Amino acid sequence: MFPTPIAKSSRQWQLTYQALLPVALILWLLPLIAVMLFSIKPDSDFTSGNYWGVPGSFDLISNYGKVFFESEMPRYLLNSAFITIPTVIGTVALSCMTGFALGIYRFKGNLLIFFMFIAGNFVPFQILMVPVRDFTIALDLYDTKTGLVLFHIAFQTGFCTLFMRNFIRALPFPLIEAARVEGVSEWRIFVYVVLPLMKPAIAALSVLIFTFIWNDYFWAIVLTQGPDSQPVTAGITAFNSQYRAAYHLMSAGSIVAALPPVAMFFLMQKHFIAGLTLGAVK
Amino acid sequence: MTAVPDIRPRADTRSWYRRNEIAITPWLFLAPGLLFFAFYVIFPIFQSFQVSFYDWDGLGDLTEQGRFIGLDNYRELAGDRNFEISLWNNLKWLLLYLLAIPMGLGIALFLNQTVTGIRLYKSLFFFPFVISQVVVGLVFSWFYLPDVGLLNVMLGWFGLSINILGSPDTATYGIIAAGLWPQTAYCMILYLTGLNAVDPEQIEAARLDGAKGPKMLWYVILPQLKPATFIAFVVTIIGALRSFDLVSIMTNGGPFGSTRVLSFYMFEKALAEFGFRMGYGAAIAVVLFLIMLVFIAYFLWSMWRDERAAR
Repeated sequence: MFPTPIAKSSRQWQLTYQALLPVALILWLLPLIAVMLFSIKPDSDFTSGNYWGVPGSFDLISNYGKVFFESEMPRYLLNSAFITIPTVIGTVALSCMTGFALGIYRFKGNLLIFFMFIAGNFVPFQILMVPVRDFTIALDLYDTKTGLVLFHIAFQTGFCTLFMRNFIRALPFPLIEAARVEGVSEWRIFVYVVLPLMKPAIAALSVLIFTFIWNDYFWAIVLTQGPDSQPVTAGITAFNSQYRAAYHLMSAGSIVAALPPVAMFFLMQKHFIAGLTLGAVK
Repeated sequence: MTAVPDIRPRADTRSWYRRNEIAITPWLFLAPGLLFFAFYVIFPIFQSFQVSFYDWDGLGDLTEQGRFIGLDNYRELAGDRNFEISLWNNLKWLLLYLLAIPMGLGIALFLNQTVTGIRLYKSLFFFPFVISQVVVGLVFSWFYLPDVGLLNVMLGWFGLSINILGSPDTATYGIIAAGLWPQTAYCMILYLTGLNAVDPEQIEAARLDGAKGPKMLWYVILPQLKPATFIAFVVTIIGALRSFDLVSIMTNGGPFGSTRVLSFYMFEKALAEFGFRMGYGAAIAVVLFLIMLVFIAYFLWSMWRDERAAR
């Protein structure tokens, strides 16, 4: 293990390290801690200039209550969910299939298609913006959740195909050959042999895509407009102009908007990191 | 039950599909994904090139309502001061964003220990990456607030004060610093995973040879972390060139347009200003795409090489 395990070092350094950890963490998360503090302060603290002192009163419930019951926030959150969840399902379904095709079969153009998926996944969003917006308008899906979902599914399929294909490549191929010798059809091999083995990959991709799509801002403002279909990342700017300079409410709103992916991360940490660090180890 | 072995000659009785199953199946499986990807990603790239040769406000059909003007959009770009500023800012982003890699490695080395609670520490250090860039932008713009922001309160203890986002000289650096926060977390997690897989025997052997500290890191550890470093480079460069959310949230391009980057300037020209200039916006997007293409080509070439070696 590198660096040298702390257990092998002097008692003094061990204690220093233990003390250093929380200090470093607080410094690292300082901007976030500041926002958390803001979100439980009462309005009067800000008007009287008490930004950083002890809160005048503990207003957690009333601040977050306002976010949930007196603003459009719940609607935006619901929109985000209705955009994110179908995207996750659609992307995982499509990429299981493309990954299977590219990972199992040898045919002309295999690598070419594979690299096209990877390349497409790297392009800047702006090169797609004008035509995708046009296409969405032509499909009569501008300013709808469906329009956003369809685009997200298509774009995320690039990254997910890379992921799934490499995962399937690492599965034991004799398994598939054995099934073929038994006369199992290719379609059934996919459903009964390969899919059950892909569960960890599906879990990892699901949490990753959930986070990516929930946090998307650019496409939300390009393809949607109002509270009917905008997700929370875009809605938060409208929320903030409604409560301009009401820092306690803006902070509470931001925390609420950021929470679902955070919860997802802490619940499925192992899968999340496995997905994110794909390829970091050979 | 007794199984009756099928001894009939099968090749002739099977249907055309069954005979060609292995050749056809991959295409059936690829079809939906390929179709989606073609219509939403591949074709639009070429369409953007086409749009960039037109003067078009986005209404009606491009070739009917738009006016073909050849390279005029690109000629205009060459003399556009705001385009020049955006280009320079992109360069700053690119160079400074790379700091996320050594910083991430530093934190990973700091946290790669086995003491009680270290798992929670690792998760909490990684935390900023999970938050949306919109919220990161808001959090940092409050952190930077003149007079009342936490940064200025702390600087105030030393008699200093700075209005980071209000001054054209510092605003871009302030935004990049905000972007480095989640990006460093990402690089950290890549290196933590990489460090986990470093071969302990090699380290022991190197220790016996008297290697330690920076020398050990440089000659023994870093070579083994190469795959992690490669991915860190890819995601950091792509992230730097994609920067849009933070600029849009923190300064909206200001003060005096000093924080614009290509991705933001393109959006501004095509959608946010009065009278949408789709053609001009597309031309900016094409320039950004060509810059990115240099990196994409390099990444693909590296991956292609590994792929061949694996065969």
